[in-house]
Amino acid sequence: MATPDRVSYWNKTRGLMFVMLGLWVFFGYFIHLFAVPLNTIVIFGFPLGFYMAAQGSLIAFVVMLFWFARKQNSIDEEHNVAED
Amino acid sequence: MANTTATTAGGGDFTSNLGRIYGIYTGGFIAFIILMAILSAMGVPNRIIGYLFVAFTITIYAVIGILSRTMQVGEYYVAGRRVPAIYNGMATGADWMSGASFVGMAGTLYLLGYDGLAFVLGWTGGYVLVAILVAPYLRKFGAYTVPDFLSARYGGNLARFIGVVVLFSCSFTYVVAQIYATGIISARFLGLDFNVAVYVGLAGILVCSMLGGMRAVTWTQVAQYIVLIIAYLIPAIWMSTVKTGVPIPQLMQGQALASITALETAQNIATHHITPFVHGGYNALNYFLLILCLMVGTASLPHVLMRYFTTPSVREARVSVAWSLLFIFILYFTAPAYAAFAKWTMLDLVASGLTPENISEKAGWMMRWAAADGTLVQICGKAATDAAAIAAACAEKGVTALSFADINLNADMIVLATPEMAGMPYVISGLVAAGGLAAALSTADGLLLAIANALSHDIYYKMIDQNAPTARRLVVSRVLLVLVAIAAAYVASTKPGDILAMVSWAFSLAAAGLFPALVLGVWWKRTNSAGAVAGMIAGFGICLYYLLGTRYGAVGFYETWSGLSAAPADAIAKYAELKTAWASAAPDAQAAAWAALDKHAQTIANWWGVKNLSAAAFGLPVGFLVMIVVSRLTKEPSTAMQEFIEELRIPRGKQMMEEKTA
Repeated sequence: MATPDRVSYWNKTRGLMFVMLGLWVFFGYFIHLFAVPLNTIVIFGFPLGFYMAAQGSLIAFVVMLFWFARKQNSIDEEHNVAED
Repeated sequence: MANTTATTAGGGDFTSNLGRIYGIYTGGFIAFIILMAILSAMGVPNRIIGYLFVAFTITIYAVIGILSRTMQVGEYYVAGRRVPAIYNGMATGADWMSGASFVGMAGTLYLLGYDGLAFVLGWTGGYVLVAILVAPYLRKFGAYTVPDFLSARYGGNLARFIGVVVLFSCSFTYVVAQIYATGIISARFLGLDFNVAVYVGLAGILVCSMLGGMRAVTWTQVAQYIVLIIAYLIPAIWMSTVKTGVPIPQLMQGQALASITALETAQNIATHHITPFVHGGYNALNYFLLILCLMVGTASLPHVLMRYFTTPSVREARVSVAWSLLFIFILYFTAPAYAAFAKWTMLDLVASGLTPENISEKAGWMMRWAAADGTLVQICGKAATDAAAIAAACAEKGVTALSFADINLNADMIVLATPEMAGMPYVISGLVAAGGLAAALSTADGLLLAIANALSHDIYYKMIDQNAPTARRLVVSRVLLVLVAIAAAYVASTKPGDILAMVSWAFSLAAAGLFPALVLGVWWKRTNSAGAVAGMIAGFGICLYYLLGTRYGAVGFYETWSGLSAAPADAIAKYAELKTAWASAAPDAQAAAWAALDKHAQTIANWWGVKNLSAAAFGLPVGFLVMIVVSRLTKEPSTAMQEFIEELRIPRGKQMMEEKTA
């Protein structure tokens, strides 16, 4: 079962998972640690710290998931394990 | 109607025409709203408009539910695994957004300002975990239920049984709250007695799910999503247009925020809407822990995960998570705007020189809501049922000009009352009621199905009678669905305050009980049965202990763990004082003294100040740790199991669990 191709497939899949997890930590938590200083920057009436929690991070999550679906699919195809 | 004929025409034909069918449906719904507006303008009474809205939408759900009836196991449990990614995304959106999201979220944001955004972040970011860690692999396995996977991966019925226990405990309180919400909305907008309204809601739920299981629930949820999103967006767009002239509330929220800050400063309100970590006891620690618990809980709740069992392939399951989040996002990024516009309107109202004398003229809607339920609107600390009550309450407190803080609005009424607050016609109120019902009904359907499927498939079929013929399994399944639904409706009809408060516990319970076992089951081959069982019990146990201990055994919990409590010195002194008072109270005053002691203890019974809502902050790490340590200490999984996991990780190949479906 554990052919070299399978091992490399899983390594790439795992790598992508960790990239996504990193982005998730960044947009879900890290950026909001700076909500107070970010709030001093105001764009179109939005304090930036508030904006990130109300919209910015949410947009990032949606974009991330569409990107992930495409990226994982191309890994599948490259390793010939995609569904027919 | 077009959707009715197409559904009877059969599966393949139906799925290839989905775009057209739901397009016609959406157009039809908008035409219906316009028709209602015309009827309303012609003088048809509000009560009738309300009835028509509710009756029309529920009839459509019922028709879809009945046309989707099925006697095939695969159709009943996983909708034949034919649901395209985008429609599954919409169904998941409706499944996910509960009565509380629709009715309560904007209200929470109105009250908590920045700190309420923990809910917005928590309930969206969790889908990242669903997509990358769990859903595609469960789809490859081909389970009917989440406990099915646990049983296959962790060899046996013990893991399955624990899975069912966790599933039941997090889903049942949740479904009670949904039925309660349908009761409240029907009672408010249709003028039914609450007890009757609850059973009307129950009927609305059962017609959607009983005959067609997952297949019927899927197609009604898509229809419900369309209703709820239209109902949510229209009032927000309306308010934005009235206030700023631009019909994009999400964008004009910036202007609303700037106005709120200016008005708050002018009215000397110290705690600003936009200031982080200052509202309602949410310090930074609790803010971030709540986000974590909600996110991980999202990725573990069985009624959400099982939606991804219905896609045609692993690839579609991944894309479907992205679509789900997009559809959810549309509502969740409108909620803060909704809240901001409502708050702006209220601050403006106060700034216009509000006094106890002129409030009944300037904001008569407050009195109507207070008359319906005294806890919804309180002015000067008393229910604002009419002008005289307000005048009396304010005179008692010596208030002559009302400030923002004197007016106390309940979080659950903000969305429902917004149309009146902003002076919109009654049609919008009817629409909002239909949307709230759609949100509550669709979530209730998903939850009931998750519970009934676990009981019928996991407990009855897999653990009690493995030779049960298909027809009997489906009958058992339906009987259980009805029984669980009636039990939930009965509990809801008793208006259990505690249960409603417990709903948010579901996220922590699911996170602590299921997440480590699901994630490690896919991502760490070394996890074995002993580790998984021990980890699930430990994680769920700690979480449950913290939830129940801090809520129902606060005095005992505090006494045991006073060293870990984050209580400040004055709160500790007050505790000692109350305890002495209780010990020395006369026999007939003892109950009252104990109640006072217990109430205070609830505010200080904690570990490091963590709110009980975020109990998974302890359950989750304990669950992971125990699972890893016990797995390491016991024998590694068999070669066959290791190959099973290898297979699980590869999209290609047929699904691993084959069921006899005939």
